[in-house]
Amino acid sequence: MNTPSNVMPESPLESQVAAPTVIPATRRFYWSVRRELWEYRSIYIAPLVVAAVFLLAFLIGLTFSPAHRHAPLDIIPYELAAALIMGTAFIVGIFYSVDALYGERRDRSILFWKSLPVSDLITVLSKFTIPLLIIPLLSFAIAVVTQFVMLLLSSAFLLGSGLSVGTPWARMSFFHMSLILLYHILTVHGLWYAPLYGWLLLVSAWAPRAPFIWAFLPPFVIWGVEQIAFRTSHFLAMLLYRLTGPQPSTSTAPGGTMMDMLSALTPAQFFSTPGLWIGLAIAAAFLAAAARLRRYREPI
Amino acid sequence: MACIEARGLRKNFGTTIAVDGIDLRVEEGRILGLIGPNGAGKTTALNAILGLTPYEGELRVLGRDPWTEREKLMRDVSFIADVAVLPRWIRVSQALDYVAGVHPRFDRAKAEGFLAKTTIKRSSKVRELSKGMVAQLHLALVMAIDAKLLVLDEPTLGLDILYRKQFYDSLLNDYFDRTRTIVVTTHQVEELQDVLTDVMFINRGRIVFACSMEEFESRYLEVMVNPEQVAAARALKPIHERQVFGRSVLLFDRVDRQQLAALGEVRTPSIADLFVAVIGNQPGGVQGAAR
Repeated sequence: MNTPSNVMPESPLESQVAAPTVIPATRRFYWSVRRELWEYRSIYIAPLVVAAVFLLAFLIGLTFSPAHRHAPLDIIPYELAAALIMGTAFIVGIFYSVDALYGERRDRSILFWKSLPVSDLITVLSKFTIPLLIIPLLSFAIAVVTQFVMLLLSSAFLLGSGLSVGTPWARMSFFHMSLILLYHILTVHGLWYAPLYGWLLLVSAWAPRAPFIWAFLPPFVIWGVEQIAFRTSHFLAMLLYRLTGPQPSTSTAPGGTMMDMLSALTPAQFFSTPGLWIGLAIAAAFLAAAARLRRYREPI
Repeated sequence: MACIEARGLRKNFGTTIAVDGIDLRVEEGRILGLIGPNGAGKTTALNAILGLTPYEGELRVLGRDPWTEREKLMRDVSFIADVAVLPRWIRVSQALDYVAGVHPRFDRAKAEGFLAKTTIKRSSKVRELSKGMVAQLHLALVMAIDAKLLVLDEPTLGLDILYRKQFYDSLLNDYFDRTRTIVVTTHQVEELQDVLTDVMFINRGRIVFACSMEEFESRYLEVMVNPEQVAAARALKPIHERQVFGRSVLLFDRVDRQQLAALGEVRTPSIADLFVAVIGNQPGGVQGAAR
């Protein structure tokens, strides 16, 4: 089974009989991520609820408002669905990150987690993966399924009213739209926001209580101090830049849809933005600090 | 190699000295009871041993430095910090999945076997279980881990007497096999007396008493002295004296059994009685002077 290891103090016979004495880091990481999904079920429940409510509203619109029925080419509801679901997921990600390393201290379960052979770094990285990758991918999947159901519903109503079904399908280019959405979610909601999640996790690992206040008060204080002392607002500009995301150099045509806007930022532009790499470096520093802090932390 | 070896182990919290230079050596296969009043430094010492807190001095657990190698150490060490640390949201089945997923020495079938003897349902969440059941679940998880060292810090705190008895019974019968080492702290000393192989008293961050249970039984005798012989008994320099139903009970260290038998009824004292004698006899200045 395993390649012979010379690190192990036990006799080779013993190590063959016994289970492998080391579980690969990837497996420990995998179970750590699953554990987060068990604990924070709102990660998928919240966007699902929003999607369900939205679909219901869409259906009501189709049933009772003839105007909607005859405007099946309207892309705005589709964008709105994606925006609502992604927005919900973003908020869930913020709440998750603030609580992730604080909750385990508050409920004392950190002592249980620390009694198992999982390092602080793996724990912190697994918690970082949730807002960085898991929540964006989940919200993407939910958004795409929602849009697809919307498309099916529209088509069904069009069929009922004797109009051609082909038009919306051709016009929408559903696949293309989904690709743009996936690109936007992974780049902006994942990589671009990474330092935000890193900061929240760091505060979550450190805060003696009220991590929310500790997470959001310092930026306010820095902003205020900068305003009063230097009469500048570089910090605020930096925060806004981080929140709005990198802007494409070529401005989009007026009247363009949200999808046009999202796709205007090419991967080449995105990955050559210095802000991205600076942000990732800051995120790495925050995470390293969070992992180190967790070593010292005891239940509250 | 000793299982735990500490030399000059110290830990301060600001100006408070929690652990004040502990020297400790625990051999493999022992069951050590660490007994001390509240705030004596037991938990801090255990936390240092488990790599939960940084410390000064030398400390090796299974040959490793616990603070820098906690992750590796936890493959061979398990601990129950206290009964309330299992996350309340976790399902029993999820706890089994998770530990099986991350721990190389966890025997899931064994844990399921322990759970089968209880009324704990696989689909229950920890928050739905009674305190006793949570302790049983935690014990089932820990006993299914083939660890070399098990550390229990007040494992039965807040449990009723039935569960406490069960807890130690299963620990001895199903877990302890003379190659493992167990370190346990508790307030309920009486229940541990028959379980331990070694006992250690800790007070104000220092070890004030340590001996094996064999030594304990051969060294210490307690005599309920006949009233007319109290003066004669006191002449033998008891280390402690207390009154029970108006009669004097004297505790002796290394006094001949025959000699004591002449004074009254002789028996082996409880650890609790010796604890009171040892800790009670300690003037507050002793540690300060020795520092």
